[in-house]
Amino acid sequence: MNTVIVENIHKSYKKIVALEDITFSVDKGEIFGFIGPDGAGKTSLFRILVTLLLPDSGKATVMGLDVVKDYKKIRKMVGYMPGRFSLYQDLTVEENLTFFATIFSTTIQENYHLIKDIYSQIEPFKDRRAGALSGGMKQKLALSCALIHKPEVLFLDEPTTGVDAVSRKEFWEMLKSLRNAGITIVVSTPYMDEASLCDRVALIQNGSILKIDKPDLITSSFGKNILAIRSSNIHKLLNDLSNYPACDSVFPSGQYVHYTAKENRISKEELEKYLTALGHQQLEINSIEPNIEDCFMSLMNEAS
Amino acid sequence: MSTREKIITVSNLYKKFGSFTANDNLTFDVYKGEIFGFLGANGAGKTTAIKILCGLSKPTSGKAIIAGFDVYTQTEAIKNSIGYMSQKFSLYEDLTVAENIRFFGGIYGMTRKDIKIKTQLLLDKLGLQDSAKKLIKDLPLGWRQKLAFSIAIVHDPKIVFLDEPTGGVDPITRRQFWNQIYEAASEGVTVFVTTHYMDEAEYCDRVSIMVDGRIAALDTPQKLKETFGADSMNDVFIKLARGDNK
Repeated sequence: MNTVIVENIHKSYKKIVALEDITFSVDKGEIFGFIGPDGAGKTSLFRILVTLLLPDSGKATVMGLDVVKDYKKIRKMVGYMPGRFSLYQDLTVEENLTFFATIFSTTIQENYHLIKDIYSQIEPFKDRRAGALSGGMKQKLALSCALIHKPEVLFLDEPTTGVDAVSRKEFWEMLKSLRNAGITIVVSTPYMDEASLCDRVALIQNGSILKIDKPDLITSSFGKNILAIRSSNIHKLLNDLSNYPACDSVFPSGQYVHYTAKENRISKEELEKYLTALGHQQLEINSIEPNIEDCFMSLMNEAS
Repeated sequence: MSTREKIITVSNLYKKFGSFTANDNLTFDVYKGEIFGFLGANGAGKTTAIKILCGLSKPTSGKAIIAGFDVYTQTEAIKNSIGYMSQKFSLYEDLTVAENIRFFGGIYGMTRKDIKIKTQLLLDKLGLQDSAKKLIKDLPLGWRQKLAFSIAIVHDPKIVFLDEPTGGVDPITRRQFWNQIYEAASEGVTVFVTTHYMDEAEYCDRVSIMVDGRIAALDTPQKLKETFGADSMNDVFIKLARGDNK
């Protein structure tokens, strides 16, 4: 069953096209991720789905309800965590949570089981003003507030942006347990490495979806061989590889440089000869599997 | 390495806010032309330390020399020797490309003549000759990013501080941005960078990781991975910041 169905959504702000012909659907009980940089259109899309923004054309339903006609019903059934921290900074942690519970005619007690794992981590600070919380704690409070009315679907717009690697990891663990509790989660992120934590992902750029699939199927459909190369001078290595006639793409990736060849004609021996002649030392050339970033960049190049 | 010129020297530096110790006995050196990664969890004390190194805040005790100048007494000289760029604040959106260069050049104390020469050089280098009169807000994000970095080093600083410079940027732009960083470093600019992208930590010559106000580890990415028996900097970071190594 599809929890979210989006068909041919368009949205422009004057001359700027924010969303161009967006079509996708989200299954019940999955974590569906939108992966893309700032300005890709993620926030516009989320605002349309939580009925805070009207599309120019196209159709979208959430739980079978139309985002334009049935907005009042949808608002009761979804939880939304905007990208910008939007809780009341002058209210305490507990006051914020009580406020959101009351708006949805429920109480903290009634749905405590749902937020327990998350909220218990910030409960020791329940009398602290929300504005005085650290980034990781704000994020946990915002998620608690988005969950307190027991929504069917959670829309999380860049919940992990600017959050350190440890807090990000914890946050994704929380999302997994919510998914296992039956909540459908639509989440966006600019961190490509988070794609593998989703059940399915849509790669989005400049208002268009580049690809939708399971993360491992996206990487396995890359279609080109990739070499991970390193030497003692990465900067020189990048330059030398981009000057190599057979070079198709070359990008730094962690401590290695990822290289693909035109027409997929890769010869490790020739490359090694070429790079050694240019004075590269401690040279290492390995065949590797592509990651999501490799795929995203390749799709970006195809699109442009 | 020890024979190389030190551009930042920090020893036994403390910063306290009341009973809270934000920086707890920091001691480290950064060398000329080095790309130095300054990592840590949210709230570990990175921003407090960067403010001190930029001459914007004074330590409670300890010593820090930036490009030869003392953080207690020579903060103005420090500010003239450094560049700064962050994701949150970089360029004025309602000014044109050329106006932004002129504005920041002026702030950094460059002469009109130098600003004029630099503007031309910079536009040529970035291929933005036709965009000099465009407003920043009309430029694609990727271009803004590159321009912001070029402007942060327009006055040829000894050190450039980059505070999460690549957040939210697409992967191609992020890589082009690191190319700019490599280039600046190879020309002798010291790069002091914070990031939440752990693959970018691998691009640094050396990396320090702060935990609860202290520097819990400092070494080359390779050595850190060996020391902590980890495959990636992400694993090193998580081990350290979660305290799994204790």
